[in-house]
Amino acid sequence: MMRRTLAFLLATAATPALAEMPAGVSHFTLDNGLEAVVIEDHRAPVVVQMLWYRIGSADEVPGKSGLAHYLEHLMFKGTEKLDAGELSKTVTANGGMDNAFTSYDFTTYFQRIASDRLDLVMGMEADRMANLRIGEDDWQAERQVVLEERAQRTDSDPRALFGEERSAVQFYNHPYGRPVIGWRQEMEALTREDALKWYDDHYAPNVAVLVVAGDVTADEVRALAEKHYGPIPPKPDAPRDARPQEPEQRAERRMTMTDPRVPQPVLTRSVIVPERNPGDQKTAAALSVLAELLGGSPQTSFLGQRLVLTGQALGVGAWYDGLSVDPTTFTVTMAYAPGTDDAGAEAALDAAIRDFLAQGPDPAHLERVKTQLRAARIYERDSAHGRAYDYGQGLAVGLTVEDVNDWPDILAAVTVEDVRAAAERALGGRAGVTSLLKPAPTGEVGTVQAAAETDAASVAVPGAAAGGPAPVTADADAALADSPEELGTPPMALDATAGAAPVPADTPHPAQPAPASPAPAAPASDPAQSPAPEQTR
Amino acid sequence: MIRSFLSAIALSLLAALPAHAIDIQEVTSPGGITAWLVEDDSIPFVALEIAFRGGASVDAPDKRGAINLMTALLEEGAGDRDAVAFAQGMEELAASAGFDVSDDAVSISFRALTENRDQAADLLADALVRPRFDADAIERVRAQVQSSIRAQDSDPQAIASKEMALRMWGDHPYGSVISGTGQSVAGLTRDDLLAAKDRVLARDRVLVSAAGDIDAEALGLLIDRILGGLPAEATAPLPPDAELKVTGATEVIDWDSPQTVVSFAQPGLPMDHPDYFAAFVLNHILGGGGFSSRLMEEIREKRGLTYGVGTGLSNMVLGETWAGGMATANDRTGEAVALVREVWGAMREGVTDQELRDAKTYLTGEYPLRFDGNRRIAGILSGMQLMGMPRDYVNTRNQKIEAVTAADVQRVAREVLDPGKLEFVLVGRPEGI
Repeated sequence: MMRRTLAFLLATAATPALAEMPAGVSHFTLDNGLEAVVIEDHRAPVVVQMLWYRIGSADEVPGKSGLAHYLEHLMFKGTEKLDAGELSKTVTANGGMDNAFTSYDFTTYFQRIASDRLDLVMGMEADRMANLRIGEDDWQAERQVVLEERAQRTDSDPRALFGEERSAVQFYNHPYGRPVIGWRQEMEALTREDALKWYDDHYAPNVAVLVVAGDVTADEVRALAEKHYGPIPPKPDAPRDARPQEPEQRAERRMTMTDPRVPQPVLTRSVIVPERNPGDQKTAAALSVLAELLGGSPQTSFLGQRLVLTGQALGVGAWYDGLSVDPTTFTVTMAYAPGTDDAGAEAALDAAIRDFLAQGPDPAHLERVKTQLRAARIYERDSAHGRAYDYGQGLAVGLTVEDVNDWPDILAAVTVEDVRAAAERALGGRAGVTSLLKPAPTGEVGTVQAAAETDAASVAVPGAAAGGPAPVTADADAALADSPEELGTPPMALDATAGAAPVPADTPHPAQPAPASPAPAAPASDPAQSPAPEQTR
Repeated sequence: MIRSFLSAIALSLLAALPAHAIDIQEVTSPGGITAWLVEDDSIPFVALEIAFRGGASVDAPDKRGAINLMTALLEEGAGDRDAVAFAQGMEELAASAGFDVSDDAVSISFRALTENRDQAADLLADALVRPRFDADAIERVRAQVQSSIRAQDSDPQAIASKEMALRMWGDHPYGSVISGTGQSVAGLTRDDLLAAKDRVLARDRVLVSAAGDIDAEALGLLIDRILGGLPAEATAPLPPDAELKVTGATEVIDWDSPQTVVSFAQPGLPMDHPDYFAAFVLNHILGGGGFSSRLMEEIREKRGLTYGVGTGLSNMVLGETWAGGMATANDRTGEAVALVREVWGAMREGVTDQELRDAKTYLTGEYPLRFDGNRRIAGILSGMQLMGMPRDYVNTRNQKIEAVTAADVQRVAREVLDPGKLEFVLVGRPEGI
């Protein structure tokens, strides 16, 4: 899901000066179309290579949902030179870690390793761009793995299940309505041939963005990129086609799900809004700031003060992530105490939103947000990996390096009037999805009431998944990025788990019950969280 | 082809391993508080980790959850500022302070720009020394904690953790949930919170770690500015070592879900045990090594039974286990659990030279990669201090891994790993158990 907005703002805020390249950052394009960004950070002998393909689940054809993610898994099954699993084994044996993730708009592979091993990992990454082999024995076992991944992350979590249905209702026509991991029955039917066709059609240097961050120089990276990626021919037809777009949405839609595994009711309101576009990020900046002002901090945000501090809600949130190829969603959530009646909670939220629209934002609060954005330009330099993510994701959704560099200044220029206009756009209309996920007595698992307040509610769009593309930094502590905070979670993250392991200086990861992520550097899509639009390998 | 890649690696390895030494200074403040510091002025901010030993484990016996609730309230108003004014103050300075609590520590992750560091420190000092515990904030945060307790009670992972902790640690504080129960939290009063604060937040319990743009002298002053107003001594004794009880039993907790969450554990080794590093290497091969461990190979890669399975040496201050977990389809849980036991037992046959070599290159190569940011470094230093490790550990640790032999690994596997001692907690509707 969309991660908390300030975290998003901060993590994305790059460095100074309109259209100027920040110190230590460089950009070039190879003759075969591969675009590259290098971010130098010489404080530790570490490098991160990320290879972003501008192709994701929203580019799949109907009926083959989950294919982009399934292929991402199969990309570890070897090449002419590498046996199945050998790439990861080699990275590990060299003291590095690797993983991959898939979103609506991109598929990304990365390694984090000692900087003198860049040649090695780049060689292997380039190899599988052109020479993938999928063994007869491997594809079926791996299909089971992705089905188990779905079982763990989605089927076992009512919030995730509800989230994918909410997205299906949100998008009538755009493939953002389908879950990245895929609908189960379609995943079960995916084949080796499907995966290879996807690979042959879309994996090419002219679809890829290479980001290398850490203890390297631009010249070294360019030479290595020429050596490894340079010889791979482009494929003229590999770039994605335009996707079906949303028609104008007019109807209010309402949906309710009850499940005994839900601890307390969560009300969510979401609408479709513009994303960040090349040379045109002003609306997105205003929406980003709006989300922070509305739902950022429980103590200082508008909804926090109105609903949390008054005891009407346990937590509130407002989410927007403009890093998306096509229009995305603006979402407001409210978790309210058991015992509060549903209608009363919604009325309180509506009243708060009405008042915000009437009053506009508090100029002092806007000023504080800008102070934090300025500081973010300093803090974000602490994580080269986080910056690699910012550039990679920006370029993967079609922005230019200049757009990524300009973003902090565009955010800083947002005015009270801009926020008012953004609020009117995001909150002033009726054509959104209002959804309520609430506890149910045991025995009533997953009762979905097709909440037909309007005809639109019963539109059965094939697909789901929450708004917009992926947040998530590839590192638990990558800069200021919180892990995606999900809707039902109370705002406070005090650990309530008994016996939770501390972080001793040496355990690679705390061992307690570690069922979740198999890889140390898994991008923060905590499976316990709600429908992360990103799936990790 | 495996060969060609690997031989290239082997050649370059020696050159790469002696990573740059990490220079950790020990600083003593004018007020007598010691701290560890890694100085780096390349970015104008400092990251500070402040940990108070004891953590939630020094809760008064009948007040479980008091330290957790108290910690959550530290940022909800302090000194002259109520919760709103306090949060606004931090925002105006673009500083941040995160308050967290675990079984072993109450921890504060603080970050401030060089330009207004002292002002930010004053706010943090207020939170630690003069928290208000206003009545409305107590009720609001109490409701949030109770909501998180309900959330834990409906999360199969948390249910498994909770049950495993109880089975392993019994009456010791490690055996119960730090947030307490709905009932215990409901009964906490403002006086209980004040008492809880004095049980844990004191100068004799504090461990300070810093990284970033600050020198030793300035750090000393900063520490006193933040911590000088705290009591000299905490009112509660630190808890005794925890005694591990495992019986090799398997417990199933019914949970209506397509998958079963599987949690397992057996006794571990303390970090100062002579065999710790052999066990550490062994664990990597068994289930710690991401995609290349034996458990991942057998259970995920070959059979597709799980999305992920992992193990780790779980070392806490007062006790340790060797634990792991996975989630797997109900109808194949029996098969997956049998594989865990089988792979666990097979470690007694020893490991191959290749496995040992790969494990060592990973573990030694990965270590320096962690020190790549001020926040990460401050966090590592704090963990080291909490576990009682010496400052030079960061520069000797890789040698200790290098010294582990295949014979050590096999001996430790035979002496320590025992599938018969593995305790399982399964939450789901597993078949074949």
